[in-house]
Amino acid sequence: MTERIVILGAGTGGTIVANRLRRRFGEDEVEVHVVDRDDDHVYRPGLLFVPFGRADPSRLVRPRHVQLRRGIRFHQAAVEAVETDAQQVLLADGTTLGYDVLVVATGIELQPGETEGLEGPAWGERVFTFYDLPGAIALRDALARFRGGRLVVNIVDLPITCPVAPLEFAFLADAHLRERGLRGATDLVLATPLDGAFTKPVASARLGGLLAERGIELVTEFNTGEVDADRGALVGYDGREVPFDLLVAVPLHGGAAYVERSPGLGDALGFVPTDPHTLEARVAPNVFALGDAADLPISKAGSVTHFQAEILVENLTRFLAGAPLDAVYDGHANCFVETGDGRALLIDFNYETEPLPGRFPTAAGPLALLRESRANHIGKRLFPWVYWHALLPGRPLPGLGPAMPLAGKDLAEAA
Amino acid sequence: MATLEIAATPVEVDAEGFLVDPTQWTEELAEEIAREHGIAELTDRHLQVVRFMRERFFASGASPSVRALGKESGVPIKELYELFPKGPAKLAARIAGVPKPRGCI
Repeated sequence: MTERIVILGAGTGGTIVANRLRRRFGEDEVEVHVVDRDDDHVYRPGLLFVPFGRADPSRLVRPRHVQLRRGIRFHQAAVEAVETDAQQVLLADGTTLGYDVLVVATGIELQPGETEGLEGPAWGERVFTFYDLPGAIALRDALARFRGGRLVVNIVDLPITCPVAPLEFAFLADAHLRERGLRGATDLVLATPLDGAFTKPVASARLGGLLAERGIELVTEFNTGEVDADRGALVGYDGREVPFDLLVAVPLHGGAAYVERSPGLGDALGFVPTDPHTLEARVAPNVFALGDAADLPISKAGSVTHFQAEILVENLTRFLAGAPLDAVYDGHANCFVETGDGRALLIDFNYETEPLPGRFPTAAGPLALLRESRANHIGKRLFPWVYWHALLPGRPLPGLGPAMPLAGKDLAEAA
Repeated sequence: MATLEIAATPVEVDAEGFLVDPTQWTEELAEEIAREHGIAELTDRHLQVVRFMRERFFASGASPSVRALGKESGVPIKELYELFPKGPAKLAARIAGVPKPRGCI
């Protein structure tokens, strides 16, 4: 009998899972269906470079269906709701797609409208985000017109995709403004709800140090209540204010809108409660979730999604065979952090082990952990090729497997 | 781990002062913890949040974040900051005798 697997979302996670399943199973064994509301696959890590004119927006987008192997059915339709009891997906075009196994990979939606004043008249004038492509392009144009003043980067609240991206933006803005001779005329500020530069202590201290070296002011435990665009100020719930001339906001993130319309599938923010190790969704045994869509206690990031995809396919295979789910995701995350001037650092961590200094992937390197280097920057800039040609097709990547390597990490540095 | 005498009852608390066993919680205990953290009196609005926090913890195994509280407790975020200054989710969890919200990453 043919089993039908329906994957919601054709981003990083959905595409890798679909391609790996298609490689593993014959078409007489498993039907693979992928649903997405559009056909634009955006390489989201590239958005960071757009505002500085260092990435061509048109090169960040490729058709989703082209990334899917032959034998995968692509449905371009928005999801209305999932009915897990009836094991079916209702699509906005009125059709119904039944499934034996469902994979939720629909990522996040930006919710700027949830913050008072953020989407007001200043949105697109002096309030921007680089978290989507139109926003990144608009910010590029605004930055080109910028002549100094207070440039404020604000994380409205967590969770967000790629928690290091706002830091990277601040580092790149510092370098960019120096090159243009505007750094002296600019106060560069990062306002975050965290109590430091990052969530984990050792990396937080190192990254905080890099901000301080560059004269980037860090405002911590700042919970944005309102954006007062008229006066040009962020107003915190605690009454503190952060004035700005140009605001780069990372808006609230929530799960895809259909999650809330699907009984039992999501939590209050629209993320899917998921077993952190097996990646089975809590709602039903034949539903899995990965990537930004899941509610897991690890950074929302492409590397995380990639590692999860490998584990998820193992467990989905076991589920189809009626076997216990024994593939275990350890929370592995791996991120290059651009620090400006052609350098980057690399962090590698999981649920148990915070980002530590050392070498990656082994003690022999070649990459340095938590230390700026040219090699890390080159790694980051070469990664799009790896993404489109090896990662999405589901080919194995030597040295970049789902289990976090301990060799090379300086464990004595752990807090 | 330490044992604290709160409201004449010995209760175990973790390094940051959160109750280790949420079932040891009582309303008297909540009032005592609140007073220690600068809230003179727990109003009905405070208790609405505290009770929601406990319900949610026992149902899901995790303490809700301030965003989740704002969406579901019936008390908007602005008022949460007035009721529980600075870190509403953290302070309400403390008073509700449930673990510190693990926060999002």
